[in-house]
Amino acid sequence: MKTRHAVRALIGILRRETLRTLRQRGRLLSAIIRPLVWLAIFAAGFRSVLGLSITPPYQTYVLYEVYVVPGLAAMMLLFHAMASSLAMVYDREMGSMRLLLTAPLPRWYLLAARMLASVVVGLPLVYLFLLIARYWDVRPPVLGYLAVFPALVLAGLMLGAFGLLVSSISTQMENFAGVMNFVIFPTFFASTALYPIWRLAEAGPVLANIAAWNPFSSAVELIRFTLYLRFDPVSALVVLACLVVFFLAAVVGYDPGRGLWSRRGGEG
Amino acid sequence: MKALSLEGVGHSFGQRRVLDAISFSVAEGAMCILLGRNGAGKTTLFSLATGLYHARSGQIDVFGHSMRTDPAAALAQMGVVFQQQTLDFDLTAAENLRYHASLHGLGASISEARLREELGRLEVLDRRDEPVRSLSGGQRRRVEIARALMHRPRILLLDEPTTGLDVPGRRAIEQHVRALCRERGVAVLWATHFLEEVSADDDLVVLHQGRVRWAGGARHVATSLAVDGLADAFDLLTETA
Repeated sequence: MKTRHAVRALIGILRRETLRTLRQRGRLLSAIIRPLVWLAIFAAGFRSVLGLSITPPYQTYVLYEVYVVPGLAAMMLLFHAMASSLAMVYDREMGSMRLLLTAPLPRWYLLAARMLASVVVGLPLVYLFLLIARYWDVRPPVLGYLAVFPALVLAGLMLGAFGLLVSSISTQMENFAGVMNFVIFPTFFASTALYPIWRLAEAGPVLANIAAWNPFSSAVELIRFTLYLRFDPVSALVVLACLVVFFLAAVVGYDPGRGLWSRRGGEG
Repeated sequence: MKALSLEGVGHSFGQRRVLDAISFSVAEGAMCILLGRNGAGKTTLFSLATGLYHARSGQIDVFGHSMRTDPAAALAQMGVVFQQQTLDFDLTAAENLRYHASLHGLGASISEARLREELGRLEVLDRRDEPVRSLSGGQRRRVEIARALMHRPRILLLDEPTTGLDVPGRRAIEQHVRALCRERGVAVLWATHFLEEVSADDDLVVLHQGRVRWAGGARHVATSLAVDGLADAFDLLTETA
């Protein structure tokens, strides 16, 4: 693989993802409205009923809005990854995925480029949300906005790799709608995005254990800690390990010799 | 040198055998028609020939490059127009071509020059900045062919490219591709179920129920089978056993 070729392909994939995203205004708007609805309505309601003790990385009592914003930022990445995954299933059904997969580059590289492009396109929306959240007095240190960047990229890549894996085993968009319901909501709710672990433990140890083992919780905590200029090495390692595992599994899923697609065909 | 060579290619989806012991080749600069009824296995054959997935058995080479062991070199020689339209409807014709050019490692200036040349050759240059969604079926097909030619492939694979088009549209596409073959020496593998798209000078491969029933010059098929014409020959070759 020649470097110049690889870079040009990456730029081309990034440009295509950007153009498509910008032209799907409804998707753009809902991507930013969704977390704001959670913040403005859900968090406001919970603020009065949910007391939070001092929970790291916070050094004092915080408003529920402050607690929930990193989780909502991770939720944006999760929804974006799943939307991107849905787009891949759509592309495969509509045929344009074939164009990508018949490019003269290693398939793992093409998949990685597609995943990276999706993350790059999604990040400005997350930053826009973090800035708007200041209106609700969610004001992390200014440097936190810079520090959280690699955490957002890493979390976005892990969720993107997960979406890629889901798309590699989902053969039809109808199936994919079910996958969305069975993946997104359990992943999001059984995590530390909305409540700290100790709160979940009060509801039951099983739920707390699920949340503790849920890689999405690690993504949330990684974002939460770095946004407040702290580093959580365990979360970072879990996210990195999951990224590698999900991506390798997705590469196998799209492998021309071993992938499910090659076994199912359906072309006639 | 053979532009495309298939030797003993077989494939199955689960227990269902869809291709069995397929062997034929396309010579450099030749026009080869892959003729078969719906469900004969043409599209699966295209998926294997373009490396979308690997054949369970057999060998596929493109200009001597194995699709299994050296797919990047094989795909660099190949332009593909799939049966399903693979244009991005949210992008313009030009943006679709630029995307393809980037996947093949072309720089911006070469990409722009070829974009004009290929869209011009296929008479859709005036629609370059319109979203693909607004183009007619025939125009979209032309854009797809122009896109497949952006990286100067030495072989062009087209899977039923005229399906869904009216008769003038089909003729125009066929003429464009034949001109490419004649003037640029591009080898062509054209899959179809329309008998009228076969010319006497073409090489012909008849595929039926996943097997090659005939491979040779189109002008010889009728005499070899002692029937009146191509239509009768095709009926004879594709009689269900």
